[in-house]
Amino acid sequence: MHRTKVKIVEEALDANNTIARANRSDFDRSGVSVVNLMSAPGAGKTTLLEATLGGLDLRVGVLEGDVQGSADADRIAAMHIPVVQLNTDGGFGGECHLDANMVRSALPAFSLDDLDLLIIENVGNLVCPAEFKVGEDTRAMICSVTEGEEKPLKYPLMFRACELVVVNKIDLLEHLDYDLDKLLYNIDAVHPDVPKLLVSAKTGEGVDQFRDWLTQVAAGAPAPA
Amino acid sequence: MHEMSLASAIVNTVVKHAGDRKVTLITLRTGGMRQVVVDSLEFYLGFVARDTCCEGAKLEVILVKTRFKCRPCGEEWEPDLPHFRCPNCESADVAIIAGEEFEVDSIEIDEEEAACTAPR
Repeated sequence: MHRTKVKIVEEALDANNTIARANRSDFDRSGVSVVNLMSAPGAGKTTLLEATLGGLDLRVGVLEGDVQGSADADRIAAMHIPVVQLNTDGGFGGECHLDANMVRSALPAFSLDDLDLLIIENVGNLVCPAEFKVGEDTRAMICSVTEGEEKPLKYPLMFRACELVVVNKIDLLEHLDYDLDKLLYNIDAVHPDVPKLLVSAKTGEGVDQFRDWLTQVAAGAPAPA
Repeated sequence: MHEMSLASAIVNTVVKHAGDRKVTLITLRTGGMRQVVVDSLEFYLGFVARDTCCEGAKLEVILVKTRFKCRPCGEEWEPDLPHFRCPNCESADVAIIAGEEFEVDSIEIDEEEAACTAPR
């Protein structure tokens, strides 16, 4: 038996990043800005979109990533917003994130030229989505106050892989034994100076600021991810 | 929980380089910031490598310690927690100089083993 060692030294996620760049080129050609929206399951991604998109003066499309089902896409479709559901359950037990190739497969279903902003609602998960770029301009993550204050320290990849942190469900603060300052301190420790928005998708508090942020993204700011 | 996806990414990378030759060892360099659970990665690699040239290959993991450097004052340290503030001058302008690696460093190929059936 003859064994040969072959030196490679190649980023293992290169294949994904190559497809992500192809997606990005398509988005740029159509003049559509793209937000990758990430969070743990149940942090309120879809609810925040429901609260936000109605009052947004932009042509918006939504790509919904879920392991299974179309419950979230149905909620967005009810607002007469173009939406495409991507299910990831074709993988081994269901992929826990969207990757660039999955997103690419869904793009023909959109008329990208007719959109200003495409929001990709990733699969709820605080680990994998942070590692797989999909061709987005910018990334936002939502953490809710029903999660622990230590989450940034436990999931630093996610809290660093975003240009905005939305703290959702602040209407519940008065009912919870939750230290908001500690959360903000931990976010700042992991990702110093990242913009943070305090929001309640339920009461509408802070939603205007999130809408303004999306409008800025559609206009070409903030800086690309 | 991301180990299955990462295992797939490793196999895709290796298949690209190995072609139809049998791979017996994959050496991976992964940084502390990547939060990879090696046992879990090995487990999933066993699944996703089936019917590829990586089937049965052993995994060797080189763990790279996370290391930060403060840009303004030059302080370097190995953090216990992912705190991106310089312990010396409190600056937030901190670079990760090691710990973000996730790369296939090398593979070992059995030149005499029968060609695998994986698509190239």
